[in-house]
Amino acid sequence: MKFDTPATTNPIDQLKVIGKPTDRIDGPLKTTGTAPYAYERHDVVQNQAYGYMVGSAIAKGRIASIDVKAAKAAPGVLAIVTADNAGKLAKGSFNTAKLLGGPDIEHYHQAIAVVVAETFEQARTAANLVRIDYVPTKGVFELAAAKDSAKAPEANAFSGPPDTAAGDFAGAFAAAPVQLDAVYTTPDHAHVMMEPHASIAAWNGDKLTIWTSNQMIAWGVGDVAKTLGIPVENVRLDSPFIGGGFGGKLFVRSDALLAALGARAAGRPVKVALPRPLMINNTTHRPATIQRIRIGAARDGKITAIGHETWSGDLPGGGAELAANQTRLLYAGANRMTATRLAVLDLPEGNAMRAPGEAPGMMALEIAMDEMAEKLGLDPIEFRALNDTQVDPEHPERPFSQRQLVECMRIGAERFGWSKRNPKPGSVREGRWFVGTGVAAAFRNNLLTKSAARVRLDGRGTVTVETDMTDIGTGTYTIIGQTAAEMMGVPLEKVVVRLGDSSFPVSAGSGGQWGANNSTAGVYAACVKLREAVAQKLGFNSEEAVFADASVRAGNRSVPLAEAARDKEIIAEDAIEYGDLDKKYQQSTFGAHFVEVGVDVATAEVRLRRMLAVCAAGRILNPKSARSQVIGAMTMGAGAALMEELAVDKRLGFFVNHDLAGYEVPVHADIPHQDVIFLEETDPISSPMKAKGVGELGICGVGAAVANAIYNATGVRVRDYPITLDKLLTELPQTG
Amino acid sequence: MKSFTYEKATSAADAAAAAARKEGTKFIAGGTNLLDLMKLEIETPTHLIDVNGLDLDKIEPTQDGGLRIGALVRNTDLAANERVRRDYGLLSRALLAGASGQLRNRATTAGNLLQRTRCPYFYDTNQRCNKRQPGSGCAAIGGINRQLAVVGASEACIATNPSDMAVAMRALDATVETVRPDGATRTIPIAEFHRLPGDTPHIETTLTAGELITAVTLPKPVGGKQIYRKVRDRASYAFALISVGAIVQPDGSGRVAVGGVAHKPWRVEAAEAEMPRGAQAVTERLLADAKPTEENGFKIPLVERTLGAVLTEARG
Ligand SMILES: Cc1cc2nc3c(=O)[nH]c(=O)nc-3n(C[C@H](O)[C@H](O)[C@H](O)COP(=O)(O)OP(=O)(O)OC[C@H]3O[C@@H](n4cnc5c(N)ncnc54)[C@H](O)[C@@H]3O)c2cc1C
Ligand code: SF4
Repeated sequence: MKFDTPATTNPIDQLKVIGKPTDRIDGPLKTTGTAPYAYERHDVVQNQAYGYMVGSAIAKGRIASIDVKAAKAAPGVLAIVTADNAGKLAKGSFNTAKLLGGPDIEHYHQAIAVVVAETFEQARTAANLVRIDYVPTKGVFELAAAKDSAKAPEANAFSGPPDTAAGDFAGAFAAAPVQLDAVYTTPDHAHVMMEPHASIAAWNGDKLTIWTSNQMIAWGVGDVAKTLGIPVENVRLDSPFIGGGFGGKLFVRSDALLAALGARAAGRPVKVALPRPLMINNTTHRPATIQRIRIGAARDGKITAIGHETWSGDLPGGGAELAANQTRLLYAGANRMTATRLAVLDLPEGNAMRAPGEAPGMMALEIAMDEMAEKLGLDPIEFRALNDTQVDPEHPERPFSQRQLVECMRIGAERFGWSKRNPKPGSVREGRWFVGTGVAAAFRNNLLTKSAARVRLDGRGTVTVETDMTDIGTGTYTIIGQTAAEMMGVPLEKVVVRLGDSSFPVSAGSGGQWGANNSTAGVYAACVKLREAVAQKLGFNSEEAVFADASVRAGNRSVPLAEAARDKEIIAEDAIEYGDLDKKYQQSTFGAHFVEVGVDVATAEVRLRRMLAVCAAGRILNPKSARSQVIGAMTMGAGAALMEELAVDKRLGFFVNHDLAGYEVPVHADIPHQDVIFLEETDPISSPMKAKGVGELGICGVGAAVANAIYNATGVRVRDYPITLDKLLTELPQTG
Repeated sequence: MKSFTYEKATSAADAAAAAARKEGTKFIAGGTNLLDLMKLEIETPTHLIDVNGLDLDKIEPTQDGGLRIGALVRNTDLAANERVRRDYGLLSRALLAGASGQLRNRATTAGNLLQRTRCPYFYDTNQRCNKRQPGSGCAAIGGINRQLAVVGASEACIATNPSDMAVAMRALDATVETVRPDGATRTIPIAEFHRLPGDTPHIETTLTAGELITAVTLPKPVGGKQIYRKVRDRASYAFALISVGAIVQPDGSGRVAVGGVAHKPWRVEAAEAEMPRGAQAVTERLLADAKPTEENGFKIPLVERTLGAVLTEARG
């Protein structure tokens, strides 16, 4: 189905199933521990052996020699694979560094061997017996030091050009009566999802099956095939349940490759999970940024010039963190520029993590907006409202399909009690706490991408949906089930949803908050086909047929839906494909974050007291799972604001705090009451579902709202995340 | 993890005797620290003696009005004990500030005293670490060391002792009771139990080979307001950046021990004379010889400010 004109009324608009806060249909499996996650799929293939990864002990250099004698002789060992005996391997299209390194080492904990043994313990013990001599070479590990060597990166599908400009930024900024010119930094972040990367691989002749944990099945099949040099037809990936990904599982990682290589060498199925302490340096992370923001405004608060430059680093051939991109779209201003620069760093490879670009970009931009509002003597909400735009400010001929940023701010302000706020920093004290509130805009683009599905109707009236779409904990099973139920006029219990198998039609996959809208639109398209087939079979005119109450009816004739498939299952398959509506219109999602913090007057410990997010993100397919997405994102944003930082050893070139003791993420005690409000919105430009993404919107801006609240509480402006107590301590106002 | 042999102890004296018979023996209690370290091959015992089940899990009054805490009393039970809560509130509060409910259910009194540092380089066997591999150097010096020691450290090691409980024990003047392989028992004042790193950071306590902790005793209660304040980046389930354990008497005198600043719970009795003069005066004496790194200098004002808050709270 081609979607190239705005959606009109369609069966989804009935909202009998869609739009309801339905519990997850896979909830019982998860709460009873019976959802099959990759590493525990003991039943899919017999005789599974265990692989354990050996990671490089240096960040950059070469392996001089590798001695596996002792490891080979250790009890239970079946095989050891290194670059020496792995055979010819290519690099996946989505990988920057090789998944199996050697002799050249590109980053710390790059996999250089897998040891396969009868038991996990034997494999782990033997892995420690592999002796490796390295020849380290000097690397570049510090973004600040490499910044001046940074270059404009090549544009890719997601980035747009590295530089954009409109009007005369330099002139307008210089002439602006009120100016801000400030530098912000965000550190490297780790996904640290609950479920580590894990795979079981089995060969059947030259056919390979990998039961894994992966967000983007088709990308994964392609890269497994490419890496191993085998046809894509010979690769099957199956990933029905994923214990979190956040972008860390968008790509095939070493667990999958090592399992495949280990299985080939051992001649039997092999499972590999990345051990937690190796995960952080072995896999991808959100790269650190340095961002310079300049804003010039007239005294009335109208922005006349806005500029955002960002620097990040990655391994050679890698990509930039697109932290300036939202500044192309968020606020008005005739004179503007953005610039993205990428330096070469020899740290582990950077890549997407929840809301890549916008998450760190908004952490900086929305502090800058707060600072600018203060300089202008304006309320931060009024300042943003004053500079709202309903068109893409770089290309004014492109309107936003929907944009309710100001509405989000105003409704949030009312709910949160913003008018009671004391704007003077450091002026509210409650017991041992300085108390402050902050606000920030939320913004994230809505991306459209082709997505296919197959639907089957059987003789009992059960509708089965098959698509390689993944549920990374987001609730995809449920919203896909709701879509099919709505379309076919059956209760949710009559729908079976099967996901994550590469033998199913190729979907959008989970990433970039594009999963929900695109994958359900794909199911919509397939259901339209199924409705046609059913109508035809039952002798209805498909234009007139109404699908409701598990029946099909037109005029006064009504036939049970199941009737259509009485002798033979009916199968329909289709994909949603998009025209150029995303060129004609800018599609984005908007929100506002409100935060209240307490800052301990003695220790400067920051503790959140209240959080509110208001989101305008198209039709909300399931308010319960959408809310879960947003509160999870707010939690992650709070982590980024207050504690998350991969500590770089700038001499040795690795992230030192590479486990969950060292890399702190929020625990329950850190997260206070969270409220989420979704504005009524349908976006007919986005898809027949009229929905957009929301899972990443929720993180964008949270960090800045926290930072702005800390400023309001204390008068201390911290521009370097995370805002730990040592950055506030000696600056706090004197107390009695 | 390296393979090891295993036996279950039958009595404290036998356990100590058995420990001396085999090189590379370690006791295992709750296992919450030892097993993690064994998985990473930071600890590589060849023989484990399981002391769980020994009759060392009682909390009993001593003759002089104090309390004798068996080595195997779980942190949860110790924190919840009525006498501890009434007379040694500092201990109860310090315990509850540590780890998580599940871990405290397993963790024992002796195991807690002997838990090892959380220096990140100690945990990464690719890195140089004098504590893990004597003579190999110290990667933390000049590296990532925000969490590490500001006082009492050495050229060889700047690690901290991460125990919350030990800070309270130090302020409460606890005594460690042990039995040695030859059956002899002894008592070690807590002040002498943990060592500074010097040039042998791998030797962390004054226990000798095979020596088993049987109990920790507390002298009779000293009263006063007992406050434990743990400062950390997140609200729970994190090791202390610094912590302050204080006992403050109505006349303003008292005791202060500080965690997260040194290789042992840090208490300087002479500094306590300054308590009536306030936090700044105490901190100046307490951390007089501090040599912070570039990353952890904030701990010094943090100790002073936290102690100030604690003294204010005690007065209020
Ligand atoms: C995730 C995590 C978070 C934590 N957070 C904190 C925290 O915030 N604050 C804090 O203070 N602690 C914290 N801890 C540490 C925890 O308190 C210790 O792991 C625990 O107290 C150790 O006790 P155990 O009985 O399990 O010791 P084990 O692991 O069994 O043993 C530890 C050591 O003591 C020795 N040993 C045990 N019993 C005896 C004995 N009777 N005589 C002689 N030697 C003995 C063992 O040989 C071993 O060397 C944390 C631990 C974890 C895993
Ligand atoms: S500080 Fe101590 S524990 Fe840490 S690396 Fe140095 S020697 Fe090892």
